[in-house]
Amino acid sequence: MGSQGGFYQSKEFLDLVKSIGEARSKAEEDRIVLGEIETLKRRISEPDIPKRKMKEYIIRLVYVEMLGHDASFGYIHAVKMTHDNSLLVKRTGYLAVTLFLNEDHDLIILIVNTIQKDLTSDNYLVVCAALNAVCKLINEETIPAVLPLVVELLAHPKEAVRKKAIMALHRFYQKSPSSVSHLLSNFRKRLCDNDPGVMGATLCPLFELITIDVNSYKDLVMSFVSILKQVAERRLPKAYDYHQMPAPFIQIKLLKILALLGSGDKQASENMYAVVGDIFKKCDSSSNIGNAVLYECICCVSTIYSNPKLLEFAADAISRFLKSDSHNLKYMGIDALGRLIKISPEIAEQHQLAVIDCLEDPDDTLKRKTLELLYKMTKSTNVEVIVDRMIDYMININDNHYKTEIASRCVELAEQFAPSNQWFIQTMNKVFMHAGDLVNTKVAHNLMRLIAEGFGEDDDTDSQLRSSAVESYLHILGESKLPSVFLQVICWVLGEYGTADGKYSASYITGKLCDVAEAYSSDETVKAYAVTALTKIYAFEIAAGRKVDMLPECQSLMEEFLASHSTDLQQRAYELQAVIGLDAHAVESIMPSDANCEDIEVDKNLSFLTGYIQDSIENGAQPYIPENERSGMLKISNFRNQDHHETSAHSLRFEAYELPKQTVQSRIPLTSLASTEIVPVPEPIYVREIYQTTTVPSASSDAGSTELKLRLDGVQKKWGRQTHSPATSTSSSTSQKTDNGITQVDGSNTSNSRTLETYDSRKQQVEITPEKQKLAASLFGGSSKSEKKPATGHKISKPSSHIVERSHVRKSSLEIASEKKASIQPPPDLLDFGEPTVNSAAPSVDPFKELEGLLEPTTQVDSAENHGSTAAATKSPDIMGLYTETPAGIYNKDDSDILSGLSNPPVRNMLGGTRSMQVAQSSKGRNLKNSLEKDALVRQMGVTPSSPNPNLFKDLLG
Amino acid sequence: MIHFVLLISRQGKVRLTKWYLPYSQKERTKVIRELGGVILSRGPKLCNFVDWRGFKVVYKRYASLYFCMCIDQDDNELEVLEIIHHFVEILDRYFGSVCELDLIFNFHKAYYILDELLLAGELQESSKKTVARLIAAQVFCLMEPCCFSGFTFQ
Repeated sequence: MGSQGGFYQSKEFLDLVKSIGEARSKAEEDRIVLGEIETLKRRISEPDIPKRKMKEYIIRLVYVEMLGHDASFGYIHAVKMTHDNSLLVKRTGYLAVTLFLNEDHDLIILIVNTIQKDLTSDNYLVVCAALNAVCKLINEETIPAVLPLVVELLAHPKEAVRKKAIMALHRFYQKSPSSVSHLLSNFRKRLCDNDPGVMGATLCPLFELITIDVNSYKDLVMSFVSILKQVAERRLPKAYDYHQMPAPFIQIKLLKILALLGSGDKQASENMYAVVGDIFKKCDSSSNIGNAVLYECICCVSTIYSNPKLLEFAADAISRFLKSDSHNLKYMGIDALGRLIKISPEIAEQHQLAVIDCLEDPDDTLKRKTLELLYKMTKSTNVEVIVDRMIDYMININDNHYKTEIASRCVELAEQFAPSNQWFIQTMNKVFMHAGDLVNTKVAHNLMRLIAEGFGEDDDTDSQLRSSAVESYLHILGESKLPSVFLQVICWVLGEYGTADGKYSASYITGKLCDVAEAYSSDETVKAYAVTALTKIYAFEIAAGRKVDMLPECQSLMEEFLASHSTDLQQRAYELQAVIGLDAHAVESIMPSDANCEDIEVDKNLSFLTGYIQDSIENGAQPYIPENERSGMLKISNFRNQDHHETSAHSLRFEAYELPKQTVQSRIPLTSLASTEIVPVPEPIYVREIYQTTTVPSASSDAGSTELKLRLDGVQKKWGRQTHSPATSTSSSTSQKTDNGITQVDGSNTSNSRTLETYDSRKQQVEITPEKQKLAASLFGGSSKSEKKPATGHKISKPSSHIVERSHVRKSSLEIASEKKASIQPPPDLLDFGEPTVNSAAPSVDPFKELEGLLEPTTQVDSAENHGSTAAATKSPDIMGLYTETPAGIYNKDDSDILSGLSNPPVRNMLGGTRSMQVAQSSKGRNLKNSLEKDALVRQMGVTPSSPNPNLFKDLLG
Repeated sequence: MIHFVLLISRQGKVRLTKWYLPYSQKERTKVIRELGGVILSRGPKLCNFVDWRGFKVVYKRYASLYFCMCIDQDDNELEVLEIIHHFVEILDRYFGSVCELDLIFNFHKAYYILDELLLAGELQESSKKTVARLIAAQVFCLMEPCCFSGFTFQ
């Protein structure tokens, strides 16, 4: 475009874009943008701006906002533009509002009316523009205002409108399922639309609906299968072909839907086998899109009721992915492997070396994917290697999000498969030390629970676990800086079990605890844990009838805490003081030893308060009004409930809210009570306050959650022994105990020697280092390479005969498949774009190679770095770097228009340098005229080729 | 679902952003900075996918311009890579050998095209011809001197 016509904006705007393009630093860019904002602020509020001018201002606002600055002062003008009658202006207005406003913006209410009007317009382009805006801007509250209009548009004569109406309905469904629940049948109807585009768009909402409720759509299985069959047989118009594949995007969506429908349903799955198998055969695995469809086929096969033949196809495709040189394909292969091993675990062994290569690959993304695969195939035999690997990786990354995730995976695996207590404790120590405070507090509480409850085998092993924990923690305390969560665990364990086995004296343990409290004096939670641990140690001593001598440092610490600003610490210190003053009998009853696993019943009805309330009411207090009967109150913690409530109400409320009622008096006695006795009060506002003042050292951070009741799982008890309430069912699966004594005989352990041999012979020539073999052996049950070492022997327990058979079948089908593939000739180019100089599609080119070819060599100076430095001089290496990209080296040889990127002779001449001259002369651009025009134009505008980045002129599609 | 589309130049300059889920201006800036750092520093032979905050970002480099799309964990990365390519092909037809400069000066037109391709974070149209026809119709109606050399009506 721009090439022939021009850019149709004022000089001013072009100058702005240009100066920003030439800005050498973020600061300079910001300065220019701020100047522009000032100009716009002034101009935009002038009276009687011509529409054309206004349109440009709005586009400039979009530009400013795109660069990360606030353009909210102009939003209202964009809104006004949508009211305009001219399509050109209206379209710009809609574009701007969809970019500016989120669905919860106040201005949206001003657009709804316009949208309503435009949805009924005679001009389908106006309707389309309005539908685009509907998808972005309409929120739960405004859905009813446009819903009937959108539904009407489902029958619009123009397919573009029907398609957008479908997408809009889909969006409504996502935002508020109840609002469109009566309209879902429309999606089914549109599935039979004459236009493939509408049908394709309908698959999006259907996919989502089926995800939520599979059973209501089982009747559509045959329809989907038949559509997929038709697509695969190229029955759709050729316009839907993409890189020689028939409508691949539609195929992928359909395969996703079939996977959902066929999951665990034998009958439905049987209907799909033929078509999925057919697609497996038809997919062109040399193109990227072909592989995308293949991958989706694998996903489908691994989800539906399994079929041996299809599994073979899938396994075959996976091995092709893994053997590929492309990192993308390896990544997909690893992912697909992770899906397939759930059904046929033996497949992983064939690829063990490929998996290990990926694990050691410098590409971080690939490595993570591989760790994910390992996580999925962990069993008791390889847990040690895998968790070690994961921890090693965890230590070396900075990405907190992923660190948290991998830490919790490590913990999960360790809890499930730990081979020994020793190992378990050590692993947990490593995780805590390296992931630090990123570890979820829940994980810490689980660990404490696990140590307290043991693995549940016998008391001996449990006490062994505790002693080894105590021992390792005492050792670790010597380390310089430990994360807070870990210290809490350590303090708790030392308090409970420090003196339990009699190995360490009370004074030794208390000394250590005092050290912790002193060393981490800024962390009140840790200090609180330490004090409580001290209390426990002394209590046990008193109960055992020994004389208690408080260490001098402990005494000084207590004095400090008794005067602490933290009421929590103070309270704990007083408790300690009180306990020390008691006799053995009294201590025995308030702190019985080893009672931390006992359940504590919580009286959620607070029946013990009934008498008190009765008295208060008799004395004239207001009775308590339950939350749901109150209205207009400030509801801090139940916003979600309220939102939900409004959803069902379905309409905008224009009347004012009621004034809050005076219910405060009735609650005052409750709070004062709460602060002394800490009673769970079913009143969200005050629950919050209580949490704040007492700083419960635990997972109390979610105190502001939406639940009204006090959450007690995982939270420390405030009175009696420090314990945790029993796990509720939701508090995670980690409470389950594993028989770690029994080696789990897994299907994947029974390695199939036949398959291995064939694999081996294939791979023989590749040299494999002993370390890798060893790693493979430990990961995959010891069967790497051709060596038949005893390690393999003991793990092959029962080579089941059917697997052997299967491997035969597999081999033969492999041959058939390869023969067939050879016979299928690639069909002629189906891209019918009508341009005589079709070249960018480059059908003969492997898009993957193309993709690699587009990337410049790493040796090139990263101009992002020298961007901030001085101008042309520093830029020159970058420019030279660009031209050193010799076509043959970087681009795929099949690519006929590789040189188009260099098809700007005038520019290059200006840039100077004999070398670039040569290149320019030898190049023949694929669209020289265009490029020339474009170049002339931009230079007219003052964008000279000396601008810092000659790449700007380079064709994106090389 | 596609959460957002970003076009960043190799210098880290933003060329186009489209957000399909609500992100505040502050979050947007942060996302762009974070992702720019990750993606621009990746070597050429590595995967075109990046793990990011529990989502996946698929990116592809064309000349000096990076096209990035953020997707859900269970989406098909290769497919998204092709959606990007599909978009670039359409841009190429529209601008006639599109280069970064076209997008810099005509970012609003790139937005119009993107609106015909993606809607509400999903691919709404996979036929280049249909997209081309719709854009041509708009250009025609808008009476803006057109630039549709590559598109023909058949």
